[in-house]
Amino acid sequence: MKRRGNTLPSWVLTLLVALGLFLIVFIAEVTGIISRYWYQVIQLAAITAISALGLNLIYGFNGQFSLGHVGFYAIGAYGSALISKDFVATWSGTKVGALSWIVAGQLGFLLTLLASHWLHIGTIREAVSTWMGDDLPSHERWMIVNLVSLVLVAIAIAVGVVAAWQLKSVIAAILGGLIPPLPTKLGQRVIFILALLNGGTLAALLAYIVGLPLLRLGSDYFGIATLGLAIMIYTALQNSDLVIATMKGARGMVGIPLLSNWIWVFIALVATIVIMRNLIYSSHGRAVVSVREDEVAARTMGIRVTRWKALSFAFGGFFAGIAGGLYAHLYGFLHPSSFNVVKGFDPLIIIVFGGLGSMTGTLVASGLFALIIEGLRVVLPDGFEDWRFVIYPILLLLIMLLRQEGLLGTSEWGWLKAPAPPERPSATPASGDDENMTKKETRE
Amino acid sequence: MKESINKFPLRIIAWLTYGALGVGIIWGLAFLIRLNGPVYFFQAIIDGLKLGFVYALIALGYTLVYGIVRLINFAHGDVFMVGAFASFYAITRYGWGFVPAILFSMIVCTILNVVIERVAYKPLRDAPRIASLITAIGVSFFLEYFTALRWVFSPDFITYRRPFRVMAWNIGGVTISNISVIMIGITILLLVTLQYIIRSTKMGKAMRATSLDKPTARLMGINVDGIISLTFAVGAALAGAGGVLYAIAFPQIWTFMGLMPGLKAFVAAVLGGIGNVPGAFVGSLLMGQLDVLVVSFLPMGSRLRDLFAFFVLIIVFLVKPTGLFGEAMVEKV
Amino acid sequence: MKLKSRILITILLIATLAVSGCELAQSKTLNIAILGPLSGDVKTFGESNRNGALMAIEEAREEGMEIETIIEDTRCDAQEAANAANKVIFEDEVKFIVGAVCSSASIPISEIAEANEVLQISGTSTNPDVTINEDGSNKEYVFRACFLDPFQGRVMATFAREELEAETAAVLYDVGNDYVKGLAEYFEEAFEELGGTVAVSEAYTKDDTDFSAVLGKVKDAEVDVLYLPDYYAKNNLIAAQVEEKDIEATLLGGDGWDSPELEFELFEGGYHSNHYSPADPRPVVQDFIEAYEEEHGAVPDALATLGYDATKILLQAIEEADSQDPAKVKDAMADIEYEGVSGEITFDEYGDPIKSAAIVEIKDAKPEFHKFVSP
Repeated sequence: MKRRGNTLPSWVLTLLVALGLFLIVFIAEVTGIISRYWYQVIQLAAITAISALGLNLIYGFNGQFSLGHVGFYAIGAYGSALISKDFVATWSGTKVGALSWIVAGQLGFLLTLLASHWLHIGTIREAVSTWMGDDLPSHERWMIVNLVSLVLVAIAIAVGVVAAWQLKSVIAAILGGLIPPLPTKLGQRVIFILALLNGGTLAALLAYIVGLPLLRLGSDYFGIATLGLAIMIYTALQNSDLVIATMKGARGMVGIPLLSNWIWVFIALVATIVIMRNLIYSSHGRAVVSVREDEVAARTMGIRVTRWKALSFAFGGFFAGIAGGLYAHLYGFLHPSSFNVVKGFDPLIIIVFGGLGSMTGTLVASGLFALIIEGLRVVLPDGFEDWRFVIYPILLLLIMLLRQEGLLGTSEWGWLKAPAPPERPSATPASGDDENMTKKETRE
Repeated sequence: MKESINKFPLRIIAWLTYGALGVGIIWGLAFLIRLNGPVYFFQAIIDGLKLGFVYALIALGYTLVYGIVRLINFAHGDVFMVGAFASFYAITRYGWGFVPAILFSMIVCTILNVVIERVAYKPLRDAPRIASLITAIGVSFFLEYFTALRWVFSPDFITYRRPFRVMAWNIGGVTISNISVIMIGITILLLVTLQYIIRSTKMGKAMRATSLDKPTARLMGINVDGIISLTFAVGAALAGAGGVLYAIAFPQIWTFMGLMPGLKAFVAAVLGGIGNVPGAFVGSLLMGQLDVLVVSFLPMGSRLRDLFAFFVLIIVFLVKPTGLFGEAMVEKV
Repeated sequence: MKLKSRILITILLIATLAVSGCELAQSKTLNIAILGPLSGDVKTFGESNRNGALMAIEEAREEGMEIETIIEDTRCDAQEAANAANKVIFEDEVKFIVGAVCSSASIPISEIAEANEVLQISGTSTNPDVTINEDGSNKEYVFRACFLDPFQGRVMATFAREELEAETAAVLYDVGNDYVKGLAEYFEEAFEELGGTVAVSEAYTKDDTDFSAVLGKVKDAEVDVLYLPDYYAKNNLIAAQVEEKDIEATLLGGDGWDSPELEFELFEGGYHSNHYSPADPRPVVQDFIEAYEEEHGAVPDALATLGYDATKILLQAIEEADSQDPAKVKDAMADIEYEGVSGEITFDEYGDPIKSAAIVEIKDAKPEFHKFVSP
């Protein structure tokens, strides 16, 4: 998984720090040094960090300005809550009903994607267009080409829907055979993991589907389109009781089992960091970053820009979905107002605050963000409760004015730093003084 | 050149599709008119027009600032709120008339926005563009929550006393009030003035030059910082006027009132092609119609309004990636 | 570098303060937490509720009870509310919570309170999920002082059908506000059950200011009554546009109308259900109104009244239990017979109040008592 060589010391150090953090929080909670309140705030900070890391991948590393991250967070939260709630209560009859429905739906989605891939819509469009040549006026050609692609898309969707319908009962049978025999505790964990992954993939699929056509927009237009998407998701959630009664729409979804705890959140955070770090420093990651640096140049180098944009958007959405799922199972109650547009600015603020394109920065900023919001609650004297959100924007302004590139700029710490090129092992191994050794990436 | 193909069947298909679309639109309109009668339909159109002009007032300021500094000024909606409150105090506390009140709030907003620009945006002019976006969000939060303190504007929902009496005319069953007429009149006046300033004055020329290329504009002897401040001032004056008219049309003010109209107006501006003044105007009118027609005619329309409205936005983007009137632009954050 | 470390140090200092600031609170005084939205767009409701609650506590202090209050902001948001509840329960070690205002905030609080055996009484949260678990079992530690949605909606529907003899009704509600939506749904259900037709049922969102489209539908349907169950703030805006549209229907509403801020001229001839009537001659009502006016310079609205009553109920239960143990107080509260501003209150087995409703008429630009309706 990780490269050996001179990265080893920083890897060990980072691991130690991470383990230390984990144990400190864990032991402090068990022994009662920190109260449940701070324990929950720490978990919330870690969850926010996961979601913000996803946005950092989209915006910081891939350069796509997205204002709709909260939408994916919401999808993940509701998507996973539906499944785990189904396990304790019931939604669609059987204990594995919701799960099989959603899994089958996603598989159908994937099949639709694959089918449209197999159908080579782009190539066919071009072929049809050239075949008609200049014989037809351009608008008529446009119309014919679009009619052809409409038919192809319809076929692909039909394939997906039929497949999903068929798969549902198969999956239900498999899950029904596998999960109920497990002991309750273990079964719960399995369901929880499945629920989280489902929330994540649901968000990722949506991101991919929406991203493919929208990502060709200019940056601000893309931002607004994603903002629109977040508002659409918000409106849909407010009216979700029209479709699925247990989601309860604007009344708020209750009865979600409280399965999240520090261990789960920490594992998810570490997994997110590991996946992201290894993705970014792989050759794929360089493709992702090259899109940010210069799209035209990247295209000329043979990088499939659209594909990498859509994929990093989907990956970012996946992380947001996982974070949403953890959030749902931490608080046990979901209300659409927790996912409104203004809340959607939070991850954006965090990644800019920490430094765009810096994972370390995002992690630090998430912690500080929670500390400021909740710290102000504790620090402010009685009668000044309403000053909390007056002071917070002032702090935000001050930090942005003093640190224009964010807290850490684009620098990373420890293992999160870019590994040295493997073919040129340097004589002196990296020492502990990381901050001065940080390479500043040049960015526009 | 390759062999000419038999294009006749293809042309038939294309024109049949056009025909179907055309018939569909006409049939749809006829259906809507017949559904609840023409009075209902035209009343909806008129209501949508009024709402569209409300959006236009806010969208103009947004698009102006964006055109020059490429900043999504999220605080614009809150400057607009301050404008509404300023006129409220002018009218109820000091008993001023409509015209002095609107001028007063334009001045207040101008001063406020220039201060905001100096404090929050100017130091970040050379930083990445996203930094000033975050400070804009910060300023927006600050204005909302600070003014909601009991001793500033108070968090209450305050009823706005209109400085003139409401009159309504009934034209064949369709009601048009003097509020709509005043809104439309003043918006068109502001739009024309704005277009005049941008197109035909020296200042406007400098603004356009700054918008195109800041370093070159500076080399040409244009005071770029001055022009940017000026742009913020003009944008704020528009917001101030917008705030007053909005409060007159929907007579209630509170410190969070700028949030949603600001967002919608901004989306409308983007719909028209952001940075483009006539585009923002058309986008706003479209948004207004969309809002009202969706609620008036679609089943569950009032519950799912935003869903439909933003769906249309995304569809427009898919067809015209830079909005209805936007020029193709190559730029990076 | 220096700057960065300075910022970091400042923030760390704040953090230390934050952690050390909560080591106090170890006396025998009674700790009561008041939760509600004290920032954000419904701050004004939260402030009213808090003012009412604080008045009740002030009265108890005068009688010699030692009470410490902890006030926290929930911003009408589920996550904020849960954090606030965790803070007062685990940091300040509070055993009694008054609040929150919005159901979306009260539900997460109620789950934390129930799990940690902390007594919660909400003044204004009407969602059934506040006091009842998902599986239908009762949350033993959670009570409320207000009506549930079904009762109020039904009262007004019956009133419209039987006294106003309305045939058709229109209902406008805020789709994102469960209180308003609940009232609207139960009004519709009852109105149709009683043989009327609900011709128009339309939604809006809390940020809407333009109601021309939905009111266009109402006008088109020529209904007899228009039910507006939202709070006074939104209703002022709607009523102004009702007048502009020349809609003749009688306006009906719920306890959200109860506020001096209501634009009474616009609601002339309208009726709304309420917990009490300001014209009620009972001394408890008149004393409360007088005291509130003296302190805040305005007549109390429904939120202040309910905040006051909720706190009073809690204090009375503590007195009756003669203990600060939530488990005992909860039992006392379940059997309480409280005589307050919003009527005589007893609790049913779910911790929901049983009390009668008043119907108030807006006449000559002021609210006037019309009649009582028992549950």
